[in-house]
Amino acid sequence: MQSPIIWHTFFFFLFSFLACVFAVAVLVTSNIVRMAFFLVISLGSTAGLFFLAGADLVGSMQLMIYVGGTLVLLIFGVMLTARSPLISMHTPSGEWILGAIVGGSLLAVLLQIALSPKAWQQGPELPPAAYTAVEAGTPAAAELARDPRLRPPQTATKLGLGLLGERVDKLVVQDPTRRAGMSGYLLPFEIVSVHLLVVLVGAAYLARARFRVSD
Amino acid sequence: MRAISWLPRSVKAEEPRKNVPRVLVSPGGRVPYFTTSLSAGRKAARSTLGKTTATGIGRPVAEYLQTILPFWLAYLVAALVHATLLIVLSLASGVIFVWGERKVAGRIQDRLGPTRVGGRYGWLQTIADGIKLLTKEDLRPKGADSFLFRIAPYVGWGASYAAFIALPFANGWVAQRMNVAVFFILAVLGLEVFGVILAGYASGSKWSLFGAMREAAQVVSYEVPLGMCVIVPVMIAGTMDLTTIANMQQGWFFNWFVFHDIFTFLLFGVYFTCATAGVNRAPFDLAEAESELVAGFHTEYSGFRWLFFFVAEYGSMFMVSGLAALLFFGGWNGPIPVTAFWPDHPAMNYLANFLGMLNFVFKCTFGVVVMMWVRWTLPRVRIDQVITTCLKYCTPLAAVLFLGATLWTFAFPGGITGMRQVPYGMVREQYKPAEVRAAEDHVAGHPAAESDLAVAGQHRSPR
Repeated sequence: MQSPIIWHTFFFFLFSFLACVFAVAVLVTSNIVRMAFFLVISLGSTAGLFFLAGADLVGSMQLMIYVGGTLVLLIFGVMLTARSPLISMHTPSGEWILGAIVGGSLLAVLLQIALSPKAWQQGPELPPAAYTAVEAGTPAAAELARDPRLRPPQTATKLGLGLLGERVDKLVVQDPTRRAGMSGYLLPFEIVSVHLLVVLVGAAYLARARFRVSD
Repeated sequence: MRAISWLPRSVKAEEPRKNVPRVLVSPGGRVPYFTTSLSAGRKAARSTLGKTTATGIGRPVAEYLQTILPFWLAYLVAALVHATLLIVLSLASGVIFVWGERKVAGRIQDRLGPTRVGGRYGWLQTIADGIKLLTKEDLRPKGADSFLFRIAPYVGWGASYAAFIALPFANGWVAQRMNVAVFFILAVLGLEVFGVILAGYASGSKWSLFGAMREAAQVVSYEVPLGMCVIVPVMIAGTMDLTTIANMQQGWFFNWFVFHDIFTFLLFGVYFTCATAGVNRAPFDLAEAESELVAGFHTEYSGFRWLFFFVAEYGSMFMVSGLAALLFFGGWNGPIPVTAFWPDHPAMNYLANFLGMLNFVFKCTFGVVVMMWVRWTLPRVRIDQVITTCLKYCTPLAAVLFLGATLWTFAFPGGITGMRQVPYGMVREQYKPAEVRAAEDHVAGHPAAESDLAVAGQHRSPR
């Protein structure tokens, strides 16, 4: 049976293309609102890549946090700059060179990291028959099951549960006294949240207009 | 979940537990740790129109098409079928609701509304209006940013339409079943304001800019209490999958989450207020306040593009009503589980699903009509009152009710009567690595199989 991979590949390239093209468009545009619009398309395409990878939660997060965050940025951009010359930004050539150096080195580092995972160098996936064999529990399955490609991938689930106060990576520890000490990272997480809230309230306080009724 | 005899048939399709693959390593290499209750994990999640049943009468469209078409074409056609159905729904609901709005407005203002076009009741009025709009000149102000001006209506409509992808219409009848559907819908609906802001900015008009800024401030503010309201049913259900949430409210109407406890009952009021403000409807329609801002963000628009703003608005109204129906009013599970008493036959199950869809659409329409009723009854509030309602009333109320609902669920996990089959919040299996389960079994005197330790993540039927 032919695999549906062509649509997957097609959409992967479509979303990647959109993400890259509009990322470049952000750079070359001088109008701040158009910049924000292109940034939204670029980030939205990245969300599409996440959905394509089956990571619905991460994709929705991308939409909610990054695209929505850009939206708020856009609101402030328009509110603060709609009537000023800042609405059109021209970058001097010196900043272009500096930006190219910084961006280029960052890209080099990221490429290095992106190409390093061992799993990506292991060749293609196992044939479907292998999965069926493991599922059916044939004698050969125990041997097959040791294949690293059959192991569950490392996900952020443990980390996420740890942030919610449940150290699932330490569930093997049977001693209740020691277990009691492993309460996860809920408290630090909450402290950081409260910090952020305080910062936000402070920013709102500093930024508010001070109207005085003069009589 | 034990089998319950009085459940509707449509619900029973939800639990093909025996189909759970023993090894949760899917050929795609992805392991759905948390989806044991959603049975076959991504396979089930991929299922589209028509839930897989034992006899295969309601197989996913793509799966069925594969038998008669080449593989690549089958997926294309299946995707087009879903997309077209949802576009038709989006446009048709716009057409019907605009007519309904005029009739409702007329009746509330003691007049008749449209009566002539299309014979009785003027039911073709919107079509006539649409044709008129199509023939209008496509104007663009001189000071406008022409690219953004032209694209803005489609951005708004696109966001409103994209949210429909994750909205289930009956058990399993959903374009793309997601396990984070609630979150996805909220994220996408929040993007609709983007089109409004672009329109307001790009028009190069003061009225438009003021309208867009008001809408932006309003929608971004109301997302906070709206999110809090949505969290409560999600917390009670223990999942963000809308299909599962609706299926947990099966049976009689007292199983609906709105009647779960007093807190959710009150919370629905907060949700409705926030949703009305979130889709920019009166009394919160400050963005297009015609008494102050001519028409707000769409002052400069005419013809087809203007039409798209309207379709997007009615689509969003349908969307938030649908979300309310799913989260609070049982989705397709009616007040009386009529279909529960039907014989268990594939055709009857299909019919039950179809009736469930009608039920759901009726609930959505009812929500939209209530919004119209509110619009033509209450006067428009001022912008400071809008923000005050959000920050000083809705947000604290939602927070307190959220806390109350949490404590209630904690105190009565099986409901007051203790008769709930699945205690809310316990849908998913507890997360435990394979070695822990093996160790526990060893302690309990059931030594685990060798393959248990070898195949990490192997599924065990929930105890």
